Amino acid sequence: MLRFAGKRALAALLVLFAISVLVFLIFFATPGADPAARIAGRNASQETLQQVRESFGLDKPIYVQYLVMMRHLFVSRDLTSFVNRGSEVLPQVWAAIPVTLSLVIGAAVLWLVLGITMGVIATAARGTAIDPIIMIVGVIGISLPVYWLGEVVNLITQSRLHDSVFSWVPPLGYVPLSDGVGPWALRLFWPWVTLAVLYAGIYARVLRSEMVGAMNEDYIRMARAKGIGEWRVLLRHALRTSLIVIVSLFGLDFGALVGGAALLTEVVFGLQGIGKLTYDSLTNFDLPVILACVLYAAFFVVVANFIVDLVYAWLDPRVRHV
Amino acid sequence: MASLAVLILVVLACLAAPLYAANVAHTDAFASNVNGTYTLNGVTKPVLEASTEGLGLGVNPIGPTWNITTFFLGADNQGRDVFARMLYGGRNSLFIGFVSAVICCVLAGIVGVVAGYFGKGVDAVLSRAMDVLWAFPVLLLAICLSVVLINTTITVGPITLTSSSLLLPILIIGIIYVPYVARPIRGQVMSLREREFVQAAVGAGAADFRLLRRELLPNVLPTLIVFLPLMTAINMLTESALSFLSIGVQPPDASWGTIINDGVGLLYTRPMVAIAPGIMLAITAVALNLLGDGVRDALDPKARLRGSI
Amino acid sequence: MSEPLLDVRGLSVSFRTRSGLVTAVDGISFQVGPGEVVGLVGESGSGKSVSMLSVLRLIDNPNCVVGGEVVFQGQNLLELDDASLRRIRGQEIAMVFQDPMTALTPVYTAGWHISEQIRAHEKVSQRAAMDRAVQLLESVGIPNAADRVNSYPHEFSGGMRQRVVIAMALSCNPSLLIADEPTTALDVTIQAQILELLRALQKEFGSSIVLITHDMGVVSQMSDRVLVMYGGRLVEAGPRRDVMRDPLHPYTWGLMGSIPPTDGTRATRLSAIPGAPISPADTDRDRCLFAPRCRFATDSCRPEPALVAHKPDHSDACVLPFGERPALRLQAISPLGVRA
Repeated sequence: MLRFAGKRALAALLVLFAISVLVFLIFFATPGADPAARIAGRNASQETLQQVRESFGLDKPIYVQYLVMMRHLFVSRDLTSFVNRGSEVLPQVWAAIPVTLSLVIGAAVLWLVLGITMGVIATAARGTAIDPIIMIVGVIGISLPVYWLGEVVNLITQSRLHDSVFSWVPPLGYVPLSDGVGPWALRLFWPWVTLAVLYAGIYARVLRSEMVGAMNEDYIRMARAKGIGEWRVLLRHALRTSLIVIVSLFGLDFGALVGGAALLTEVVFGLQGIGKLTYDSLTNFDLPVILACVLYAAFFVVVANFIVDLVYAWLDPRVRHV
Repeated sequence: MASLAVLILVVLACLAAPLYAANVAHTDAFASNVNGTYTLNGVTKPVLEASTEGLGLGVNPIGPTWNITTFFLGADNQGRDVFARMLYGGRNSLFIGFVSAVICCVLAGIVGVVAGYFGKGVDAVLSRAMDVLWAFPVLLLAICLSVVLINTTITVGPITLTSSSLLLPILIIGIIYVPYVARPIRGQVMSLREREFVQAAVGAGAADFRLLRRELLPNVLPTLIVFLPLMTAINMLTESALSFLSIGVQPPDASWGTIINDGVGLLYTRPMVAIAPGIMLAITAVALNLLGDGVRDALDPKARLRGSI
Repeated sequence: MSEPLLDVRGLSVSFRTRSGLVTAVDGISFQVGPGEVVGLVGESGSGKSVSMLSVLRLIDNPNCVVGGEVVFQGQNLLELDDASLRRIRGQEIAMVFQDPMTALTPVYTAGWHISEQIRAHEKVSQRAAMDRAVQLLESVGIPNAADRVNSYPHEFSGGMRQRVVIAMALSCNPSLLIADEPTTALDVTIQAQILELLRALQKEFGSSIVLITHDMGVVSQMSDRVLVMYGGRLVEAGPRRDVMRDPLHPYTWGLMGSIPPTDGTRATRLSAIPGAPISPADTDRDRCLFAPRCRFATDSCRPEPALVAHKPDHSDACVLPFGERPALRLQAISPLGVRA
C-alpha cells in the first residue's frame, strides 16, 4: 500500500507541474497580445509595461519566463498585482483558502451523506414508486445551473421569505471558524445546501444503479445462501462494492466543484474564497491574481485526487497491486 | 418520447425568435429602450416606471404582464422585452451547446480511437495529455482561455476570430471536455481490439485504416451518439456559467447566461428576469439528459456512462 | 430408506414472462437420505440448478412461481418464514456454486467471509471465528492457511478459491451440501482434486451432498444415487451402479454414449444426441419431452409418461417395454461401433 501511495504522490506532482506549465503557456504564450499588456492590465502606462517586462523576464526565452514565474509564486512569494497598484497577490490567496475549504468540504460531506442515503433507500425500495422519484430528482439536480439556483435561494431566503420563515438566515458573507462554529455554519448553510442539492441527486442515481447491478451478482446470492440477513447483504456486500464507483466519481466531481461550481457559489453568496477572488480579478483582468488563484485551485484538486486514489485503493484491494 | 417533444418545442420557439419579436411583440430585443412605452388594454405606459420601493426615487422596469403580445415576462433594466430576449438568447445557448458538443465528440472520437487502437507510445502520449487537460478544473480552464482570448483578435491563417465571435466559446468549451469523452472511447476501443473479430481481421492482413473504418467505427459510433445529448446539456450549462461571469457570450449578443447575469441586479425587485432563463436552461437540460438516457437504452443498454446515468 | 433428510415433492418452478408462463422445473419428486450423495444430471436448461436454488429460495426474481413441497427436518422450506429460512441457510443446508471467481465479494478476505458465515449462526467472537477459519482452510488442503486467511479472493487461483468456498460452506457443519457444478469452471486436473476433497469431507462430516452436474464422469465417481433430468422433469432415478451399467431411458443412453471411451475400440466419431434440448418456452408439455429427439418415439409417447419403478429402486419415465430396453439400447449405438 505504501508503494502505491508513493507512486500516486509522484504522479500527482507531475500533474501539478504539467498544469503549471499549461497555465503559464496560456497566459504567456497565446498568440494575439503582448503578455506584458495582459499582465499590466488595461490602459497601462509605458513604464508599467517596462516594469512588467523586467519583473517577469519577458525578454528572455520562454522556459526562463516560466522559472521566473514559479519563483515569484513559490520562492520569493512577491507576486504583485499591477492593476491594484502593487497589492500583494499571495496574502489575498492565502486568506481566501479557508473560505473555499469550508464551503467545499462541508458541501461534499453533505452531498455524500445525502446521496448515499438516498441511493441505498432507492435500492431497497426498487420497483416501488420511490425509485423513479429519486431518479427524477437526480436528473433535475444536474440540470440546474448552480449559480441560478443560488440566486433563487437568495431570493427566497434573503428577500421574499426573509421576514417569516427564513429570518434566521444571516446576510451574505463569510465568518471564520474562529468566531464560533454557530455563526460560521449558519452563513455556510445555504451555500452548502445549494451545492449538495445539485450533486446528491446524481450520486443517488449512480449508487442505485451500481447497487442494483451488484445485487444481481453471484456473490450476493452466495451471501444469502450463507444465511445472512437482507439488510446486511445490502449494506455490507452490495454497498461496499458500489462505494468504489462513488469514490472515483467523487474524485472527478471534486475537481469540477473546486474549479467551477464552488467558484460560482462563492460569487452568488458573497463568500470571499478563491473562486470569488478569481471572479473579481476577472472583471479587472488582473492577470497575476487569476494566475495565482488558478494554480492554487489546481493544487487543491490534485491533492484531493491523490487522497481519493488512496481511499479507492483502501476500498478495493484489487487495485493495490497495480 | 416526451423529452424529444419538449426539446423540439424549445428549439422551434427559439428559432422563431425574430418572427416573434417582429410580428407579435413588436419589439426590438437588443436596442436600449429606456424611454420606451408599452400598450396593454388600450392603456399606454412607460416601460421603466417609477419605483415604489424605498424613497421612490429610482425607476423599475415593469414586471410580467402575462400577455403574450407585449412584455410577457416584463422588461429588464434597459427596457427590453425579456421574453423576446430570452428567445433570442436561446438560439445562442442552443447553438453553442450543440456545436461544441459535436466538436467535442468528433475530437474525442479521433483521440480515443487512435489512442486505443495504436496503444503503447501513441497511447501514452495522448493519455497523459488528456490527463493533464482533465486534471485542470474545467471551468477554470475555460476561464483562463476566455480571459486571455476574449479581448484579442487571433488570426490563424485565413481565419480571424474577433473577441465577439461566438466561435470562441464554442471552441473553448468543445476542447475542454474532450478528455471526458475520449477516455471511455479509448477504453472501448482497447477492449474491442482484443476481441476476436478484430484479431481475425488483422490476421487476414487488413490495413490499419480499413480496420478502423470497418470494425471499430461502427462500434464506437453509438457511444458517441449517446454522448451527444449529454454533452450538449453539459456544454450549455458551462457556456451559461461563463456568460454569467461575463467571459462567455459578449454583448450585444445574448444567451441565457447573460440574461441571468443581467437579472441579478434586479433580483429582489424583478426576479423574473433572472429566473425565466434559468428555468428554460433547466428544462432544456433535463430534456437532453432524458433524451440521452433514451438513446443509450435504445442503442446499448449495457453502457455505463456518467453524467445523467 | 430411513427418514429422508430432504424430501422434495412435486417441486415446480415457472417464470412469468411477456410471452406467458415458462416452466423450468415441472413437478419433480425425489429424496435425499442422510449421508447420501445424490448426483443430479442433465444438460444446460434441464432445470437442475433452478430446482436446487429454489429449495433454498435463492431465486431473486419477482416473476418466479414455485410450487410443491420441500420437506427438510419436518418443515416445508417453501413456506418457511424468513428468519427460520435464514437459520437453515448456511447452517443446515449449504451451497457451493459453479463459478468460484464470482462467488466471493471481492473486497473482503477469505477469513472474513468464513467468519461472517460462522458468526451469522453461532455466537462466537471474531477471534474464535477466525481461528476456526484457519482450521477449515487447512482441512480443505490450502497450504499456509494462517497467512492465506488474510488473502483476498483475487489472490487465489480458481481451484484454491473453490476450496475456500467449500470450507466456508462446511463451516457450520451442514447436514446437506448442495454443489452446483462445482468443478465445471475449473481445469480438468483440478476437477479431480475438488471431487476428491468433497468425497473426503463428506465421509468425515457425514453430510449428504446433492451434486449437480452435466458430466456423467463426475457422477460416476462420486454419487450413491443418480437422478437424470430432462426438460424440467425427472426421466430416470436409481442407484449409481444400476443407472451406469443398465440405463433404462433413451436420454440416459444418449448421455452415456457421449462419453468418449477410454478403453476398448477407439472412437472415430463421438455420438451425439441429435436435435437440440427442449426450450423452456415450448408449451407442448403433455407428452414425453424427449420424444422429438428419440429414435424410438411412437404415438404412445403422448401423454406424459409417468416415472415408473420397473426394478426396485430404479425408475424411469419411458413407455418402451421394459424387457426390450437392452436390445433397443444396442440399436442406439452408432453404426461406427462406438461403445455405448
